[in-house]
Amino acid sequence: MKMVGRAWKFGDDISTDHITPGRYYHLRSNMPELAKHVMEDADPDFMKKFRPGDFIVAGKNFGMGSSREHAPLALKIAGVSAVIAKSFARIFYRNAINVGLPVLIADTDSIDSGDELEVDLGKGLVVNRTKGIEIRVKPIPEVMLKILHEGGLVSYVKKHGDIKI
Amino acid sequence: MAQTLVEKIFSKASGKEVKAGEFVMANIDLAMIHDITAPLAIKAFREILGSDAKVWDKSKVIMAFDHQVPADSVHAAENHKMLRKFAEEQGILNYDVKGGIAHQIMVENHVEPGMLIVGADSHTCMYGALGAFATGIGSTDMGFVLAMGKLWFKVPESIRFNVHGKLEKHVYGKDIVLKLIGMVGADGANYKACIYSGEVVEKLGMSDRLTMCNMAIEMGGKAGIVEPDKTTLEYLKAMGRPYEGELLKSDEDAEFQEVELDVTGMEPQVAAPHRVDNVVGISEVEGTRVDQVFIGSCTNGRYEDLKIAAEILKGEKVASNVRLIVIPASHREYRRALKEGLIEIFVDAGALVEAPCCGPCMGGSFGLIASGEVSVSTSNRNFIGRQGSPEGKIYLVNPAVAAATAIYGEITDPRKIK
Repeated sequence: MKMVGRAWKFGDDISTDHITPGRYYHLRSNMPELAKHVMEDADPDFMKKFRPGDFIVAGKNFGMGSSREHAPLALKIAGVSAVIAKSFARIFYRNAINVGLPVLIADTDSIDSGDELEVDLGKGLVVNRTKGIEIRVKPIPEVMLKILHEGGLVSYVKKHGDIKI
Repeated sequence: MAQTLVEKIFSKASGKEVKAGEFVMANIDLAMIHDITAPLAIKAFREILGSDAKVWDKSKVIMAFDHQVPADSVHAAENHKMLRKFAEEQGILNYDVKGGIAHQIMVENHVEPGMLIVGADSHTCMYGALGAFATGIGSTDMGFVLAMGKLWFKVPESIRFNVHGKLEKHVYGKDIVLKLIGMVGADGANYKACIYSGEVVEKLGMSDRLTMCNMAIEMGGKAGIVEPDKTTLEYLKAMGRPYEGELLKSDEDAEFQEVELDVTGMEPQVAAPHRVDNVVGISEVEGTRVDQVFIGSCTNGRYEDLKIAAEILKGEKVASNVRLIVIPASHREYRRALKEGLIEIFVDAGALVEAPCCGPCMGGSFGLIASGEVSVSTSNRNFIGRQGSPEGKIYLVNPAVAAATAIYGEITDPRKIK
């Protein structure tokens, strides 16, 4: 599966509070509304610049903090194609796969905001079209890859009945 | 095969001998859900099993409302109403708004050494203070657990933090864990279990151990753990449920990554804005003017924390520029503080004492800060916007620093007063 979009670059340790601020949690049963505020505390203008299909690119430990699944879900609903980061916080990583949001571990140093990226999930490759650079994506554990391919944990379990390890 | 406590718990829960790094399917002993994360978990659960779904074992699922308590809006009230109905239909134990913070309820009433526990909240790692393996999971994983009673895991490696030396007056478990987070960084223990050990930890009471395990997630830890000992058994007995089962512990020659800390001469520690690993000694931030002080949360809202604060606040008044909010962590802690006169001390000092709940720590309910304001808090996170305005600032401290700060209106070293 190939995805093309622009990169929006963030630094290290973007927390779940940056992604979905607590003060908007009254919107949590109305996810499309909550999704209008994603990344607001990391970049107040993010949603003005962002177009559905774009990528979020970050440094290390993306998604640290809360276990709230609203964070990856809001990114997905906002239209984020994938998050590409040097590393992810554990719970966020798992939640993202479970809701069907691709999360890719790669060296993001050469990517800048506005760069046009092409991501090939099957090949595990990020192509920076603007800069003409290819970046390898770290393989996803097999069990998570299977879940991601089915679009998330719920659809995986509905189809297969259970998870086999 | 020499095993860590973590490997032993996963071996027991998966029915085969496992090592760190292996992927396993493990049976869950207890599952905790609360008012923020339960709705999505229930949605996933019903999508998996259908609208008439029943949880795998109603005696193993515990619900509590603590983030928006008492209901702070019609929206929160509707949410509580829906969850109440779910608990009734399923026959699961629901503490509703009456128990306090879910994590504190869990350790007081349910957690036992050696258990494998999941909670739909990142601070579930606190329960490891009783020798259990407990970890926070997202709502969809929780939906799977509610349906199947099991979950897949990668068995984590363990970091053993060996804490030596002698603690100064007004230096507590909070300061030790803040120091460790500052040392290893916000992702220093990502995917790993944090086992706190050494002569200092052995002497710590359960309240301090809970504080340290609670904050394991702030260095990315999958669990915080203290190997069970006499203190663990005494705590369980004091909670009215003496434990006589097997006490799993790490083998002497098990494999750990080791981190050493000598706390001798260490001053109270402060996590400065806007990162929990931005840790400094109090001398670096003393004198910072403060608008709000919060004493409470699952990190530091227990009777022991309230007692430390009350001893400093006794006969004193909160500074005119400060609002002090005190919230006991649970109904049980509240009653004990009330009986022993602590609540009267807080009220006399001019504090606002609220009913047990997460309070300002959630940042979406009450007790919020405005732009440009500074909060000093005994809770566990100081991220931007965590307690209200993204233009506010949060400093994380121990309860003695919080109490001294409330009196003087600026960040104050409790060792320098009285």
